Order: sequence, then C-alpha cells, then structure tokens
Amino acid sequence: MTTYVGKPVRRVEDHRFITGRGRYVDDIKLPGMVYAYIVRSPYAHAKILSIDTSQASTAPGVIAVLTGKDLEADGIGGLPCGWQVNFRDGTQMKEPRHPVIAVDKVRHVGEPVAVIIAETREQAKDAAELLTIEYEELPAVVDPQKAVEDGAPLVHDDAPRNLAFDWEIGDKAKTEAAFQEADRIVELELENQRLVPNAIEPRAAIGDYNPGTDHTTLYTTSQNPHLIRLLLCAFVMGLPEHKVRVVSPDVGGGFGSKIFHYNEEVIVTWAARKLKRPVKWTAERSESFLSDRHGRDHRTKVQLALKNDGTFLGLKVRTYANLGAYLSTFAPAIPTYLYGTLLQGVYTTPAIYCEVYGVFTHTVPVDAYRGAGRPEATYLLERIVDLAARELNMDPADIRKKNFIPPFDGIEQPGYQTQVALQYDSGNYEAALNRLLEMANYSEWRRKQQELRSQGRYIGLGLATYIEACGIAPSAVVGALGARAGLYDSATVRVHPTGKVSVYVGVHAHGQGHETTFAQIVADKLGIALEDVEIVHGDTAEIPFGMGTYGSRSLAVGGSAMVRALDKILEKATKIAAHLLEAPESDLEFREGRWYVKGTEKSISFPEVALAAYVPHNYPPDLEPGLEAESFYDPKNFTFPFGAHLAIVEVDPETGEVKLLDYYAVDDFGNIVNPLVVEGQVHGGIVQGVGQALYEEARYDENGQLLTGTFLEYAMPRADEFPMFKVDHTVTPCPHNPLGAKGAGETGTIAATAAVANAVADALQPFGVKHVPMPMTPQRVWTAIQASQQVS
Amino acid sequence: MGVPIKVTVNGRQYEAEVDPRMLLVHFLRDVLDLTGTHVGCDTSSCGACTVILNGKAVKSCTLLAVQADGAEILTVEGLEQNGKLHPIQEGFREEHGLQCGFCTPGMIMTAYDLLQRNPNPSEAEIRHALEGNFCRCTGYQNIVKAIQYAAAKMSS
Ligand code: FES
Ligand code: FES
Repeated sequence: MTTYVGKPVRRVEDHRFITGRGRYVDDIKLPGMVYAYIVRSPYAHAKILSIDTSQASTAPGVIAVLTGKDLEADGIGGLPCGWQVNFRDGTQMKEPRHPVIAVDKVRHVGEPVAVIIAETREQAKDAAELLTIEYEELPAVVDPQKAVEDGAPLVHDDAPRNLAFDWEIGDKAKTEAAFQEADRIVELELENQRLVPNAIEPRAAIGDYNPGTDHTTLYTTSQNPHLIRLLLCAFVMGLPEHKVRVVSPDVGGGFGSKIFHYNEEVIVTWAARKLKRPVKWTAERSESFLSDRHGRDHRTKVQLALKNDGTFLGLKVRTYANLGAYLSTFAPAIPTYLYGTLLQGVYTTPAIYCEVYGVFTHTVPVDAYRGAGRPEATYLLERIVDLAARELNMDPADIRKKNFIPPFDGIEQPGYQTQVALQYDSGNYEAALNRLLEMANYSEWRRKQQELRSQGRYIGLGLATYIEACGIAPSAVVGALGARAGLYDSATVRVHPTGKVSVYVGVHAHGQGHETTFAQIVADKLGIALEDVEIVHGDTAEIPFGMGTYGSRSLAVGGSAMVRALDKILEKATKIAAHLLEAPESDLEFREGRWYVKGTEKSISFPEVALAAYVPHNYPPDLEPGLEAESFYDPKNFTFPFGAHLAIVEVDPETGEVKLLDYYAVDDFGNIVNPLVVEGQVHGGIVQGVGQALYEEARYDENGQLLTGTFLEYAMPRADEFPMFKVDHTVTPCPHNPLGAKGAGETGTIAATAAVANAVADALQPFGVKHVPMPMTPQRVWTAIQASQQVS
Repeated sequence: MGVPIKVTVNGRQYEAEVDPRMLLVHFLRDVLDLTGTHVGCDTSSCGACTVILNGKAVKSCTLLAVQADGAEILTVEGLEQNGKLHPIQEGFREEHGLQCGFCTPGMIMTAYDLLQRNPNPSEAEIRHALEGNFCRCTGYQNIVKAIQYAAAKMSS
C-alpha cells in the first residue's frame, strides 16, 4: 500500500516557479558584484598575433582586462576530458590542451579570447569595442569526413588526420560472414545533424571569494555541482577542495548541455579570487549558440544483411563523429560507449560490427545532448529496419516483430547478452509494440492512408521501437571503458527531532521534479506526510558527494541510494521503537508510520521515535543517539527502458511541408513513481525529437561560421506545430535496483526523431523517395520528391 | 546620465533614474529586484520576458525602461492576490505545465493576455497564442492544458 508512490502528486517545487520566486543563477546579486564580458573569436581558425588592452583597460567602469596569458601566468590549466577512448591499435587518445582562454590560436568561432570585467554589464560590453586583437586567419575544416582527408587543415598539430581516436565494437569477421550468407543487403548513408541544446535559461556563473577565510564559492548553472568542483579544484585551478563550494540553485533546463565543465566557470572563479570581488557572467543567447556544447553531428553508413523472410543477420555501421575543436568533458563516450553499444536495439541481430572515428573540426565542441548517442543509434537502426521492410514489402510492424528479442524479466529468465557488450536487464518489446498498435488503431490508420492516397493526400506512419541504456552507471564497468569518474550516487537522510525529514541528494533537478518524486518515496517509506519531507540538492556545502543528473540516472541511481539510506534509518529506528515498546524487534511491525507490537494495539509513532533519538533519556544502551543515515549506491548494471512510438504525418508534395497529425507513445520505464512527471518528460522529449526531425540544425559554412546562430535562424519547435500526444506505459521492472525503476528522461528524444523520419519516408513511398535528410524542411522534402521523380 | 521615470508595477509606484539604454526587463530584474521575469534570448524570440504593460502582453526585452515611463505593469509576482494563486498559476500546477520553470512566468503572462481577450479559447487558439514563447521542457502539451484549466475555472 502506498499513499504517494505511483500517484500523480502535484509538484511541490511549482509554487516558487509560478509565483516568480525561483532563484536561478542570474537572479543572484552579491554585494560589490561586478560583471564579466567575454570577447570571443570571430574566426574558426586563426593565429592570435596581438591583443592590445590599453584602451579597453581605461574605459569607464572597467576593472580588469584579462587574457589567456594572464590566466596561464597564474598557473591555471586547461579543461580536462573525463573519458578516455583510445585508438584501436592501443595508441592513446589525442587529448590536446583545451585552453580556458585561447592563447596563441583560436579553433572555433566563439572561443574565449579575452575577458573584460567592469562595474556594469554594459560598461564591460562597451569596453570590448575598444579591445584591439590582431588575427591571422587560417583555413578551417568543419565536416568530419573532410577533416580526415589528406591535406585537410589540422585543428591540433599533434592530432594527425584530425583524429582524436578510432574505435570499434562487435565482431568484424562474424559480421562479414553474415553478410556473405545474406539474401540481401540494405544500406543507407545518413547524417545525424548537429543540434544546439538551447535550454531556455542561458548559462550563467558567479565567482565569489572571501579572502578572510580563503573560501571560494561558484554559483553555476550546472547539472552536477560536485563534478564541477572536483574538476575545478583537482585539474584546472589547483584549489583546496574543502574550501571551495559549488552551488547550482534552480537551473532552467539542461538537456546535457549543463553537465560539462565550462571555460566561464573557471574565468569567474579565477577573476573573483584575483579581484576579490564577486564576478558574474551570464550568456547572451548568441553566446550560448557559440559556446554551449553542441550535440549529435554524425556522418554514418549503415548496412543491414537479412534473409528474404525479414530475419536480420548482420549489421555494419561506420560513423564519423564530429567532436568539435576540443574534447569536452564526456565527448569521447557519446559516439562510442553510448552509441555503438546500443546497436543491438531490440532485435536479435546475431552479428554486429561498428567503427567510429572521433574527429576534431573547427567547430564548437560536441558532447552529450538529451539521449546522447542513443538517439543516433536508434535513428540509424530504425531507418534501416524500415527500408528493409519496404524492400521486402513487409509492414514495418511485422518486420520488427519478426526480429524482437523474446521477453525476459531478468529474474526467472536471465538478462539478454547483446553482441555489443551490454547485458539488458529486462524487456518485453513486443508487448510495448502491441499496446501501441492497439492504442493507435494502427490498422485503421493504414486503411485511411490508402484511402487518402487515392485522393492525392499523402499521410505516413512511422514506427520506432527503441531501447536505451540509462541509470548511468556501474563505476567499475565504466572505469574499464575509459571513464575517469565513478558513476555511483548518494543520499543523506536526516530525521529531525520532530520527525520531519530532510534528504540531501547528490543528483540535481533542473526540471525533473525530484523535490516531489523523491519526497513521495520518503513519505511512503517512513509513513509520514509529503509536506514533512524536504529534498535538498545542488549545494556542495550541504549534499554528500554525488555525480549529478544526466543519462536518466537520478531515480535509478540516486533514488536507490536514498532507499538504502532510508533502510538504515528504519533499521535504527526499529531498535529504538523496540526499546520504548519493551518488545523484541522481531515482535514489531511497521506500518503507516507506526511500530505496532504484533497482535496488539500497543504502538509508537515515527516522530516519537525520532524525538527519542535526540532526547535519549530512555534509550537502548548500545545505540548512538541521533537519526541520520547516508548511502552511496553504485548500480549493478545500466537500466534499459524501451518502448514503441508511432508518428503520423501528412506531407504536402506541392510545398514539401510536413505536418505532424498524431503521435502515440508506449514506453516502459519500469516502476513509475509519479505518472504526471513521467508523462511530462515524455512530452518534452517528443517535441525535442520532432524538433531534430523537422526543424533544428546547427549549420556551419565552409569557413566555420555558424549560420544558424540565433533563434531567428535556428528553428525551435513551437506550440502550434504539435497535436496532443497520446502516451501510455507498459511496466517491466528493473530487476537490479531497489525501486525497480529504469529512468524516463530521454526516451522521447530517442524515439521521436526516428518515428517522424520513418513517417515522412512512408508518406513519400508513392513518389519513390527512400530517405529525406534531417531536418526535413519543406525545401528538403520537395527536393527529395523532385529528385526521385527525375530518376523514375 | 540617468533619465527619471515613474512606473507602477504590480500596483506599487516606483520612481527611478535609469540609463536611457536600459531595457525594461533589466529594470524589472536589476533595479526593482523582480527576478520572476526572465531573459532567454537577444532576438525577442523566446517570450521568457513577457509582462503585461498597460493591459497588453509585451516582451520586456524589446522595450527600453524609459519607454515604460508612466505605464502600469503586471509581472508574475503580482498575480497572486492575498495569498491566493491566480487560476492560471493554479492551472500550471494542476496540469504540470512546467518543469524547469524558466519559461513559466512568460507563459503565464502570455496566457493572462490571451484569456483577457478570449476567455474561452480553442486548443488551436491557445497554441497560436503561445507561438512566441519557447519551452524546451514540457513539449507544450501541459501548458495548453494548464490554460484550458484556467479558462474553465475563470469562466465558472
Ligand atoms: S528575452 Fe525577451 S523574447 Fe527572449
Ligand atoms: S519549463 Fe523549462 S523551459 Fe519551459
């Protein structure tokens, strides 16, 4: 029996946001605070010949003009990369220095070149006009396939062919053999275009230093404050970690882009210590476009070998992954261990081989963006599966069913060992697809499609059945794969003398609703009211060391840590209760917040026990006073949510316009704590996924200028482009964590892009169009129709 | 050189001297400390800065503070009356119309403007009204529902 878990409890954090009382970094004002403006490179590749700061330094209000040389003179290091992926032949990953502020060369438009600090934002910006920087422009390369060609401009002299690493997974010989035996091979070259995450809150950071205590505080828009503190102290600035506090207060969306350790975090911290005044920097949106880490950007060739009855025999994938100019915090992991390992999908494909080239280019660094690697894997898999179905004249639903991994719960039946390293925890893929087909009335849509075609209207049905790896991650496993961090998480449960409870968690919420969902679990577990629980996150001075939130890990990893800590609380509290009730522990029963002596009405409440723990007058002799427990939880495996989505689109062949008519999603996240919150995650993910399919693209010209560098050129999805989505769930619990939860943060983005791409291709089948590159803008769709008309 | 302005914000009168270049949104946030109104872009695209000025929704990043001289302004902080949430605020909570909350004040003020002009909007009219407001978290669906909730509540 639960009072809260599983119910659509309204969010407790909402009150501050809907009344305008959220506290985001840019809302913070500290006494004596000054403002940093960052002068950024207008060139993609250039030598910095000279920087003349004399005029800017004397401009009104200016306190300091700082350059990369000043930073180096103060001994500040480069930004570290948190994941090492070596070359196939064992050569170490190329890891060129990632300067906080460029010193002699710039390598992407937007790279910091100088910092102006002034009394006001406007003064700092005005003074930037007075800074004279002499550059010598050099040739640039932006396309990862061109970057590996002989003679391409080098981003880093010590990375030949612009390769950071090349990587492979799977069994090459076995896969080649499978291709020999196949009845047919279906292939596709595709691009998973570069995206800009665009959380609506621009990044911001404030450095604050107290020379009296030598304490440094960094307020930053981060998804993982402890990780930032560790990197800042141990690798970049050499600060004493115990005197540094990192605070991520309310954060306005992250989607991965606020995981990484950014240049500006170092800049404000360094400047605040140097100037002994708080220093604030807030990105303007155009700066966000040029400095937030981008996502995706793959060029891929995929081949699927299969039998004529639709059975998959082998899959081959080759990808050029654009990493941008420098290795961002988790960049190497995204196109490798979060991508190649997902190519099994939900299918029994017996042989898989994937090779990936990680390539430097003169562009903004690329790192995790919602889904991170898994949307890229799903997009290519689901596209090639649909193409195969079309060639064999099978319905896309049928070819999927033919190849699904049979159901397994991970308890009675073991986990599923893939060809690409992972072992899935539990899954029932056909059940999710069947539920989807039924909910959407798929066969009726197929009938309608035929009917409309005869009237000259083209609707398309696009399926995507996906798997993702969440609950990141077992530390030893990721350590063996190159991670330079552990990926456990933590929680401290502090019961106060009145029985109210504060829980300090290592994960971070920036929209996910932990203050509610985690409190639901606590309240049920301790049998107390939701309002008697507070979840605290985001401040390293308060919370235990945690790894933050990304990869849909909060509930599966952080939530599990919290459950463990709650178990410890209950264990100790039961000892106290037994003493007070004068009964052996084995005679007690805990329900709805009270311990009962079994078979009697004799009982004691949770607050009474809490009080006894702090006023231990009548108390078990060998027990310590107090009621507080901490737990660090390292997951045993990843978790593997899965599901099936269906997009229905209509394409106007005259204009190329695509309209999303309907959208259905059935996801399996394991056990669900709050369906309202989970559905919200699904909705948001779908819109982001559709955004990639239809609208969004970070496009560079050949000189490395970002052509889509504001909201005027970069098309964000808008409210009037969407129908009401219909979402449902199946529930296949995770067998290896105490909550049975798998994670729900990214699935929408993973499935929706592929579903919409498949729907558009399906709509255009009568025109012979096999594939439309993303984003499928009216122009691209129209061009694809024209091109295939000319061929036929 | 400061220019003197007088404005009424959430029913309270303010007099201040402002830099003639100062945007209204910075005046609200930095001078009046009303940080509920947010800044999400520099191209007047995102709507995070939406407030009600003389009865109409405006993007406060597109106006100078001096242009607001003499105006009456309502921001998200002024909606709650005597500790009671406005039905739109209630709708956002009930229908889970927000996640990170950053777009929310702008969304709420845009909804306020819409419901004032059109107390009983259709789904399409709501979606159309939200065209100039970006949300990266919610997928808009529950924002639409939140506004429908408020419309129903306000007309009952
Ligand atoms: S901040 Fe005003 S529209 Fe974006
Ligand atoms: S709730 Fe985060 S941007 Fe809308």
